[in-house]
Amino acid sequence: MLSVRGLRKSYGAQEVLAGVDFSLRRGECFGLLGPNGAGKTTTLRLALGLISPDAGEISVLGEPVPARGREARMRIGVVPQMDNLDPDFTVVENLLVYGRYFGISDSVLRSRIPGLVEFAGLAGRAESPIATLSGGMKRRLTLARALVNDPDVVFMDEPTTGLDPQARHLIWERLRQLTGQGKTILLTTHFMEEAERLCKRLVIMDRGRIIAEGAPRDLVRHHIERHVLEVHGDGVEAWAERDGRRLASRIERAGDTIFCYTTDEAPLLASVEREPELRYLHRPANLEDVFLKLTGRELRD
Amino acid sequence: MHARATPAAATGKFSVPHLSWRFAAVWRRMFLVWQKLAVPSMLGNLADPMIYMLGFGYGLGKLLPEVGGVRYIVFLAAGTVCFSTMNSATFEALYSSFSRMHVQRSWDAMLNAPLALEDVVLGECAWSASKSFLSGLAILLVAAALGLLDSWLALWVLPLIPVIGFTFSALGLVVTALSPSFDFFMYYFTLFITPMAMLSGVFFPIDQLPAAIQTLSYVLPLTHATLLVRPLILGEIPANIALHLAVLIAYGAVAFYAALVLFRRRLLS
Repeated sequence: MLSVRGLRKSYGAQEVLAGVDFSLRRGECFGLLGPNGAGKTTTLRLALGLISPDAGEISVLGEPVPARGREARMRIGVVPQMDNLDPDFTVVENLLVYGRYFGISDSVLRSRIPGLVEFAGLAGRAESPIATLSGGMKRRLTLARALVNDPDVVFMDEPTTGLDPQARHLIWERLRQLTGQGKTILLTTHFMEEAERLCKRLVIMDRGRIIAEGAPRDLVRHHIERHVLEVHGDGVEAWAERDGRRLASRIERAGDTIFCYTTDEAPLLASVEREPELRYLHRPANLEDVFLKLTGRELRD
Repeated sequence: MHARATPAAATGKFSVPHLSWRFAAVWRRMFLVWQKLAVPSMLGNLADPMIYMLGFGYGLGKLLPEVGGVRYIVFLAAGTVCFSTMNSATFEALYSSFSRMHVQRSWDAMLNAPLALEDVVLGECAWSASKSFLSGLAILLVAAALGLLDSWLALWVLPLIPVIGFTFSALGLVVTALSPSFDFFMYYFTLFITPMAMLSGVFFPIDQLPAAIQTLSYVLPLTHATLLVRPLILGEIPANIALHLAVLIAYGAVAFYAALVLFRRRLLS
């Protein structure tokens, strides 16, 4: 479907991609995770053939990219990070005009558009101008627009950023519908919950390299202890030195919270229960813990 | 199927443009927007040049003996066709194109679809030229309605307007490709467009200029536009048609290529 091998790209002295390999299987949702600046968007732009790699090979749907990027894009749908719907047009006009960019005839488009409007959940809003749509509606329309050419693979660059939970869940449902129809999805996100729910497999990127790869559940199992205790409150430092460090297999600090990772939670729980000043949250470890363990907690701006 | 990537073939900054009819989809997008806003857009394009032409043509014209051998309003009408075409093309290629590229991100959407940057830039250029055609045409119609045109030769101005429009669209797109923000466009107007209008025989004959400046004037594209359009409006066949056309087309072609290279650097690297 899509594979990249040894992908490298530098801008001046800054190496954005330092040798990236992965490949997608038909009908799966594949996640590209990483902090800001990890190289996710650059990877997508390379796979679209918009920019050329310094080294490495890209193949999308059997087409060598960027040499035949335009041909590859005929069969790719793109949901960009920033909405770029045409503000001068209605819902239907947006789909029509975008479809024309693929060289699809108006008659084919006219027959396809009602289904896309339906898919976007905008059946009553077909003639509405874009300015009157909510953020979630725009996002859904952008997703529907990416399907106007009936693509085999869909690239999604942070499709739910800025959406409320209702809108986000609706997008997730639509994405599952797409993989159900056999479409392959390449998803970049920094919402771990999203990746955990949607992605069959994923890679975690950092500083232009892939630092972990696998199914979300396997990653959690292999990289991290099963339980997490988030502890904060007066005297947490002293507690951590006395008990936390000893009872947890690993602890991390973030601001005034101590994260204790453990496979055996009972002694830790008993210990914090004895400290009335401390408050804590006990939860199973998740992909976000893996992500933070691998990429660190410092801010990436 | 892992063909070795050939970067130069796909996005080499200086590679030869592959022009194709795909640009028509971009043009149609603009046309669809324009249909919605046609009335205010036309008024904006027409009212200004018309007011200047009529005001100066009749007002100032009354004080003047013949200019260039004809009534001043007739002289000015020919200049205004060129001036208005240039302005309309320039405004579209600067403000509107920049807005589509930088603010609305419409270009990103087009490039994610199977359009090449060539298609987008050619579509923008052809659209600006089309809009400028309406501006030039309107001035011509007003001139005809006022009885300022005596000869059917003036009809030859019609195919000339899009050539002039394309030249100034392409020049404008070079500026758009370099521009960090809308404010930047002011430099282009004050340093290039406005002085050129004074030096190109739009408002008064070039031979009124000092000799050294006359030489400079023949380097400017707008001069070659007025040297083609004015004789036709006056019912004469222009001298050196091929030369003037060649200068306009050369400016347009070189500017188009330069704009494309700059847009590649800006958007595809």
